[in-house]
Amino acid sequence: MRFHLLALLAKEPAHGYELKQALEQTFGAAYPSPNIGQIYVTLNRLTQDGLVRAVDVEQSNRPNKKVYYLTARGREALTTWVEEPTEGPRVRDEFYMKLILAPLTGIADRMALINRQRRHYLGLMRELNELAERTDQANRVALLLIEGAMLHLQADLDWLQRCQEELL
Amino acid sequence: MSVVLKAVNLVKVYTDSGVPVHAVRGVDLEIEAGEFVAIMGPSGSGKSTLIHMLGGLDARTSGEIWLDGRRVDTLSESGWALLRRRKVGFVFQNFNLVANMTVADNVELPALLAGASPREARERREDLLARLNLTERADAPPGQLSGGEQQRVALARALANRPSLLLADEPTGNLDSRNTRDVLRLLGEVHRDGQTIVMVTHDARVAALADRVVSLLDGEIVDDGRIPRRRPATGTAGEVIDLR
Ligand SMILES: Nc1ncnc2c1ncn2[C@@H]1O[C@H](COP(=O)(O)OP(=O)(O)OP(=O)(O)O)[C@@H](O)[C@H]1O
Ligand SMILES: [Mg+2]
Repeated sequence: MRFHLLALLAKEPAHGYELKQALEQTFGAAYPSPNIGQIYVTLNRLTQDGLVRAVDVEQSNRPNKKVYYLTARGREALTTWVEEPTEGPRVRDEFYMKLILAPLTGIADRMALINRQRRHYLGLMRELNELAERTDQANRVALLLIEGAMLHLQADLDWLQRCQEELL
Repeated sequence: MSVVLKAVNLVKVYTDSGVPVHAVRGVDLEIEAGEFVAIMGPSGSGKSTLIHMLGGLDARTSGEIWLDGRRVDTLSESGWALLRRRKVGFVFQNFNLVANMTVADNVELPALLAGASPREARERREDLLARLNLTERADAPPGQLSGGEQQRVALARALANRPSLLLADEPTGNLDSRNTRDVLRLLGEVHRDGQTIVMVTHDARVAALADRVVSLLDGEIVDDGRIPRRRPATGTAGEVIDLR
């Protein structure tokens, strides 16, 4: 979440609660709704690392609230994050490791492993279907995030089928 | 729950090409009223062959098929044709629309054949075409439609006579994301209204709507079971995405 917060602060200084709201509004239900505690923990770390700076703002009748600003170092870190290529597909897929290694030890057979994994993926797909239905149809950002997850899952299922054809 | 469709040790061997092809090797299947079953499996695993036999479109080599408690694999072709009119809707992998009839007539015909009044048939057709975003194409011949549009017409046609069993072979094979969503919504709705559905699909979004998934490999069922639910549907949405 570090860089997500830095990116929001690059747009404008904000306090913790505003950051939480901005994340929720942008990504809708498709974003793991961050709890406010997590956001403050992250902001504290970012402050310690010198990537953001906190400024106390006095409020009448209430404790001071902190507004967070992006520092020059924070902007640099953000730029690096944006410009570096993002992690591609998982080459050492954990399920594949199980599929190849477990039968050697007699712990499980491949057919059972593949079938269980397929059902699991389909269960996830159903959750994504339901999530897409619950999402505000005008929130294109959130819907695209969900569609991306669905396409990844479809690829995983197609590959599972390839494993079944080739290995069994 | 009553069993709508039952297959017992169903076998199909194609012999027309000289070397026999064992396309389906002893399938046992029971489908209950209101159930939505997805059939998945690699290309050539026998999915179309199986669903064609279940709809009486391809003769079985051996085994039994029961529909609504009645043995049907022994029926003649005309017997099957009658049964399909009243009880079965079929969506073909390659649409099979009637080329010299309009889209509207293609969809109305099965309802008329099943005994609906012209007015009922028209209302049903209008409703189905609207739900599949096809109203504007009603007067066109199928040949002027895109693959995705023809596929949706084929689905509308299969549902026109309110069949007790909907059999569909890859009904979203030619659809883009948006049209798949329309089809998914319609399938979800008719399923909630109690429609029994058996559907061949490789589209996981469609399969995930089903209550149960049957996996075929080399003409045999290698898995048959319900799709698990991890927790109530209201669970934190974000975790789903997070897993990726
Ligand atoms: N009329 C036929 N004559 C001979 N062999 C056939 C005939 N129809 C299908 N087959 C063979 O039977 C097997 C199963 O074919 P089927 O069409 O049922 O597969 P499928 O699972 O539907 O594949 P796909 O996903 O590509 O549609 C294949 O090996 C196919 O070549
Ligand atoms: Mg097929």
